[in-house]
Amino acid sequence: MTQSVVVQVGQCGNQIGCCFWDLALREHAAVNQKGIYDEAISSFFRNVDTRVVGDGGSISKGKICSLKARAVLIDMEEGVVNEILQGPLRDVFDTKQLITDISGSGNNWAVGHKVFGSLYQDQILEKFRKSAEHCDCLQCFFIIHSMGGGTGSGLGTFLLKSLFDIISKIDLMVNSGKLGTTVKPKSLVTSSSGALKKQHKKPFDAMNNIVANLLLNLTSSARFEGSLNMDLNEISMNLVPFPQLHYLVSSLTPLYTLTDVNIPPRRLDQMFSDAFSKDHQLLRADPKHSLYLACALMVRGNVQISDLRRNIERLKPSLQFVSWNQEGWKTSLCSVPPVGHSHSLLALANNTCVKPTFMELKERFMRLYKKKAHLHHYLQVEGMEESCFTEAVSSLSALIQEYDQLDATKNMPVQDLPRLSIAM
Amino acid sequence: MSIVTVQLGQCGNQIGFEVFDALLSDSHSSQGLCSMRENEAYQASCKERFFSEEENGVPIARAVLVDMEPKVINQMLSKAAQSGQWKYGQHACFCQKQGSGNNWAYGYSVHGPRHEESIMNIIRKEVEKCDSFSGFFIIMSMAGGTGSGLGAFVTQNLEDQYSNSLKMNQIIWPYGTGEVIVQNYNSILTLSHLYRSSDALLLHENDAIHKICAKLMNIKQISFSDINQVLAHQLGSVFQPTYSAESSFHYRRNPLGDLMEHLVPHPEFKMLSVRNIPHMSENSLAYTTFTWAGLLKHLRQMLISNAKMEEEGFKDPALYTSWLKPVNAFNVWKTQRAFSKYEKSAVLVSNSQFLVKPLDMIVGKAWNMFASKAYIHQYTKFGIEEEDFLDSFTSLEQVVASYCNL
Repeated sequence: MTQSVVVQVGQCGNQIGCCFWDLALREHAAVNQKGIYDEAISSFFRNVDTRVVGDGGSISKGKICSLKARAVLIDMEEGVVNEILQGPLRDVFDTKQLITDISGSGNNWAVGHKVFGSLYQDQILEKFRKSAEHCDCLQCFFIIHSMGGGTGSGLGTFLLKSLFDIISKIDLMVNSGKLGTTVKPKSLVTSSSGALKKQHKKPFDAMNNIVANLLLNLTSSARFEGSLNMDLNEISMNLVPFPQLHYLVSSLTPLYTLTDVNIPPRRLDQMFSDAFSKDHQLLRADPKHSLYLACALMVRGNVQISDLRRNIERLKPSLQFVSWNQEGWKTSLCSVPPVGHSHSLLALANNTCVKPTFMELKERFMRLYKKKAHLHHYLQVEGMEESCFTEAVSSLSALIQEYDQLDATKNMPVQDLPRLSIAM
Repeated sequence: MSIVTVQLGQCGNQIGFEVFDALLSDSHSSQGLCSMRENEAYQASCKERFFSEEENGVPIARAVLVDMEPKVINQMLSKAAQSGQWKYGQHACFCQKQGSGNNWAYGYSVHGPRHEESIMNIIRKEVEKCDSFSGFFIIMSMAGGTGSGLGAFVTQNLEDQYSNSLKMNQIIWPYGTGEVIVQNYNSILTLSHLYRSSDALLLHENDAIHKICAKLMNIKQISFSDINQVLAHQLGSVFQPTYSAESSFHYRRNPLGDLMEHLVPHPEFKMLSVRNIPHMSENSLAYTTFTWAGLLKHLRQMLISNAKMEEEGFKDPALYTSWLKPVNAFNVWKTQRAFSKYEKSAVLVSNSQFLVKPLDMIVGKAWNMFASKAYIHQYTKFGIEEEDFLDSFTSLEQVVASYCNL
C-alpha cells in the first residue's frame, strides 16, 4: 500500500489540516480495534518509538506505539501552528515537520511567493525529502491552502513549483480552502463555503470539517478494502481527459458536521440524488445544467454494485455528458463506512460548471487591475513585475475559452464518426 | 493433465478465488446419481487438474496470483486459508504497492517489463509442479490497468516461453455504462493484443451475468461476490471432468486441448462464450425436477436467440457456417456425476457471431473517444502512441468483419 504526505500552508491550510488529522485518527480508531499498526493506518501515519532520540524511532509493524502524522506544516506567522501544537493533537506532530516565521505575508501573494519562497526554499525541500524518506512507497502529496491570503496562495504555489521540478513522477493533488480553486499540475479539487446551511459559533470549523471529510473519503478506497477498489492515480487517469482541464468539482453526501451525529439515516437512493443537486456541491456551481466530461462516484459502506448501477441508470438521463464520453463514469466501492454513518458518497466531476467561477474571478481581478488598485504592494516586492499579472490573466482566459468550446458542443446530437474500413 | 491458473488484477483474483472454491466444493458435494467409484474417479481427476497435494492433505490451488497492489491478494489468501478446505501456495503471489491506475499503458509498458522475470519465475515453478501440464487459464478483466495491460504482457510472454502449451484467457467484459471511464481504450488494446498471443478468449459480460442474478436467481441486492459466484459456477461446469470420446470410463485427459480443438477451428475466430443452465436460487432448487429434454431445448433456444432436445437440435446445419459440417462443429461431453447443487445441468460453450455486437459497440465508442484525442496523453506518457491505438483498431475491425462475413 502507498503513503501520502499532507502539506498544510497558511492559516486556512493549517486549520483544515488540523480537522483532517482529527478525523483521520477517529476513523482509524473505529476500524482498527486491536491497536495494531497496519497498512491502512500507515498511509497517513508513522509509528514511532518516542523514547528513541533522533531519526531511528520508526517502527513498521506490531502494536501502535505513538502515531505521527505524515505532514509538513508551513505558516509565515506563528499563531495558528502554535495553537495546534498546544491543542489535543500536539503529540501527532513532530517539531521537525514545521516551518514558521513571525511576520506573516500580509495577504500579499508576491510576499508569500517571492520573498518567503526564496528564503525558505531549501528548508521546504529538505522537509519534503525527509517525509518522503519515511515512506515505503510515496504516492501522493496533498497540499492544502487557500487562494485568497498571502502565505497559502503565494508560498503554496511556490512550493508546488519546486515540488514539480524535483518530483515529476509522483502525482500531485491539491486540495483547496475556502475561496475556491488552486492551480496544480495534475488535478484539483475545489470547495467553497456554498455548502453550509446552518449557523455555527465557529463557522469555519464546520466548513473545514467538510473539506477534511472530502480528503478522507477520497483516500478511503486506497486505504480500506472493497469489492471495487480505486486508487489515487486512477482518479487522475479517469477524470483528466486533457492535461489543462484538470479542475474537479466535488460533492459529498451526507453532509454533516461533527455536532450532527444524530441525523436520521438517509435512504440510499436519496444519497445519490443529493450528490448531483446544486446544494451539495462544494463549489458554487450547478453541474446538472453544464456539460460533464467525466464523473467519479466513490461509495463507502454497505452498498453493492446493483445499487450503484440502479442509481446511475436513474440519474443518467438528467445529466449531459460530452459526446465522446457518453458513459463516462468511474466507480468504486469501499466496504468501510465513515465514522457515524452506514454509507456515504463522494462525487468528483470534471464539468464545465467551473467556468462561471473562473469568469467571475477574472472579472473581479480586472476591476481592480484596471484601476491599478493595490498594485504597488505587489510590484515593490523584488522579482515581481507586471508581466506576472498579464500572464496569469491570459492563461485564465485560455482556460475559460477551452471550457467555452466544450460547452458549445452541449446540445448537439451525438454523431458516430466513420470507422476504419477493412478490405476483405 | 493439469491446468495452471494465472489470476491478474482485482477482478482476476476475486474471480479466481471463487472458481477454485466452486471446483472444490463441487468435488465434495453430493454425487447425484452416479456410483461411489465413479465419484472417487471424478474427485481425483478434478483434484489433479486444479490442485496439488500438500503433506497435511490440504489441497493447494495450482494458481499464480498477480496484482500491482496488495489488498485484494491478501484478502483472497486469507479467505482461502479460512475455508480450511483448500489454500493458495505461499510463494505463488506477486504483489506491488502502487497499482496500475486503470492505465493499460502502465500495466503493459511499465509493470510488464519491470516485473517480467519475477512473474515468469513464479509461473515456471508452478508449471514444474505439474506431472503433466495441459496449459494456462488466465483470468483478467479488460477495463482496468493491471488485468488488461499486464495481462496482455504476461500472455505474450507465455506465448514466447511456452509456445507448445495452450492458453485460454478468461476475459471479463465490463458493464456498458461504465466502471472505468477509459475502459473502451483498455478493452480494445487488450483484445487486439490477446488475439495475437492467446489461443482462445472466453468472454463473460458483467451485464449478462448481472441479469442472470437479477432475473433467474432473484437476488435483490447484487454484489460482485454474487456475480463472481455465478461466473465461477459457469467456469466450473466447463472444466470439471467429463468422459473422453474414446470411452465412457476414462475422464478426458486434456480438457484445454480438446476444447480448443473443437471450438477454435480457425485462428481468426477465437471468441467463445458460455451459456449454462440451470441457474436458480437455493429456494427454488428443492421444488424443481430436471429433464434432459427440457434443459437442452432451453439451451438451444438460448443459443439461437442469444438470450442466452435432443442433441439433434444442435445438429441443424443452419446453425453453422458453410465450411464446417455439423458433425465436426458440435460435440457432446458427458458425465454421470452431478455438478454442484444441480441434479442435472448443461453448459454450452460456443464460438459464434453473437459476440460481434458487443465488440462492435466497444470499438465504436473507443473510436469516438479517440477521435477527440481525450485521455491519449495518459497513454503516450508511458509509451503507447497513437499508432498503437490505430493498430489495435485495425485488428479489431478485421475480426468484426471476419465474423460478419460468416
